[in-house]
Amino acid sequence: MENALKITNLKKTYNNNFQALKGINLEVKKGDFFALLGANGAGKSTAIGIICSLVNKTEGEVNIFGHDLEKDREAVQEHIGLVPQEFNFNIWEPVIEIILNQAGYYGIERPVARKRAEELLKHLDLWDKRNEQAQSLSGGMKRRLMIARALIHNPKLLILDEPTAGVDIEIRRSMWDFLKKLNQAGTTIILTTHYLEEAESMCNNIAIINKGEVVESTSMKELLSRLQVETFVLDLKKPLTSIPEECELTIHQRDPSTIEVELDKTRSLNYLFETLSKYDIRVMSMRNKTNRLEELFVKLVKTDNEDSSS
Amino acid sequence: MKAAQKLTAFKTILTKEVMRFLRIWVQTLVPPAITMTLYFVIFGNLIGSQIGDMDGFKYIEYIIPGLIMMSVITNSYSNVVSTFFTAKMFGHIQEMLISPVPNHIILMGYIGGGMARGLMVGLIVTLVSLFFSSLTIQHPIITIAIVVLTSMLFSIAGLINAIYAKSFDDITIIPTFVLTPLTYLGGVFYSINMLSDFWQNVSLANPVLYMVNGFRYGILGVSDISPVASFSLLAVFVIALYGYAYYLLKKGVGIRS
Repeated sequence: MENALKITNLKKTYNNNFQALKGINLEVKKGDFFALLGANGAGKSTAIGIICSLVNKTEGEVNIFGHDLEKDREAVQEHIGLVPQEFNFNIWEPVIEIILNQAGYYGIERPVARKRAEELLKHLDLWDKRNEQAQSLSGGMKRRLMIARALIHNPKLLILDEPTAGVDIEIRRSMWDFLKKLNQAGTTIILTTHYLEEAESMCNNIAIINKGEVVESTSMKELLSRLQVETFVLDLKKPLTSIPEECELTIHQRDPSTIEVELDKTRSLNYLFETLSKYDIRVMSMRNKTNRLEELFVKLVKTDNEDSSS
Repeated sequence: MKAAQKLTAFKTILTKEVMRFLRIWVQTLVPPAITMTLYFVIFGNLIGSQIGDMDGFKYIEYIIPGLIMMSVITNSYSNVVSTFFTAKMFGHIQEMLISPVPNHIILMGYIGGGMARGLMVGLIVTLVSLFFSSLTIQHPIITIAIVVLTSMLFSIAGLINAIYAKSFDDITIIPTFVLTPLTYLGGVFYSINMLSDFWQNVSLANPVLYMVNGFRYGILGVSDISPVASFSLLAVFVIALYGYAYYLLKKGVGIRS
């Protein structure tokens, strides 16, 4: 399948000699929903900056849908839409003007841009705010405005740098739905986020960057399969005063009526319930703990840090 | 990008820039009109009547071209330096940097915006001057060409200042410590023939002198400098600064890490 993005030996050293990227290689397939994860300062934003022509690379190659960034910058830029981490629109301009101006930079005539802007702003629940100055929008609306702006020229590759940071859960979910539909319609999406459950539920493939290097790049399924232990959250019928010391399971108590139980993947759920019944622990309901990716992420980054310091 | 798309991108930047200064007309268009009215009243009417004629013209008639030019220079420069620096500081310059709009179009869009404001203010000051003196333009084409080129030159200069600026202080240093002295000493209020030989020669190193005198020649038909020299200097400066501004944009100086 054609690559939407191919990065080869990408390096970036800033003027203060800080090496933000130490030669990363990355491939994102066309149509993918790809997670790019890393701690703060890992190099994600630098990589995105280079892809989007906001940061000059020191070395390496970036190829977008077969176009080399160095040799064919205009063609590359036509294919990319970026939702940056920071609000970077002119807050004194009306919402509709921000979108229409962005369309203009891509050479889209006003009448065409107006139609597309109306469609996007309606989709993202911003149509009623179209004539208001951007500074009057709430945080969630500003995020959605940046998504609308990034999509005005129908990019084939959409890059979202922490798009749901500081957004309440209701808006976050509606944004997830919107992005999923967009991806299903064929847009390749690269997502960086600190909400790892967001990456886990939406992305098919994942790369983890740590200290300017890609420490993992694989499918989400493959990565999650490496977890040896699954954690369940159980709501109890009766409050538990203390965890039985002799219990064979690893149990953490959240509150008197809620516990988290770790279950080795080789064990069945029947074993879990039999063991709990043995200690007279009655379960009313249960669910998976949704931070599986977080556990792996912490583990991978920790291992890499230990390796590099030893 | 195809030519039609480039034109759309240029129109977008230009319209955005023009709408920006029109939206805040109280800050951008009214103050120069008031300042220049005061110049006309004080230097033209009150003091000027004591000075007598200069190069065969009443003093107020003599300073009108210089004052128009001064307002064009200041406003062209300040428009671009402030709008480009703000775009850089608040990050909305990135909207253009991530798009395929070529650097020439970005440059021309911003320069066009600066010229629009400079020339609009120049027109307002010209209209104000008509309350104080009649104005017959001797060489209309030269007048228009000189004012357009000057406005273009200082728009480019403002953009270069904005590219290098790292704080709001940096965008006021050049206008305050370089532009204002050069303009005031550029023959706006006097003819350099009034100066000693030494100061005449020093004045010839001031590029603003050539612009003011070129414009004065266009309107009044008198000048301390040959119009050819004015045009040549303007053309050389415009080409050189445009080339330099393009180079800075292409390299991403001040706008790309």
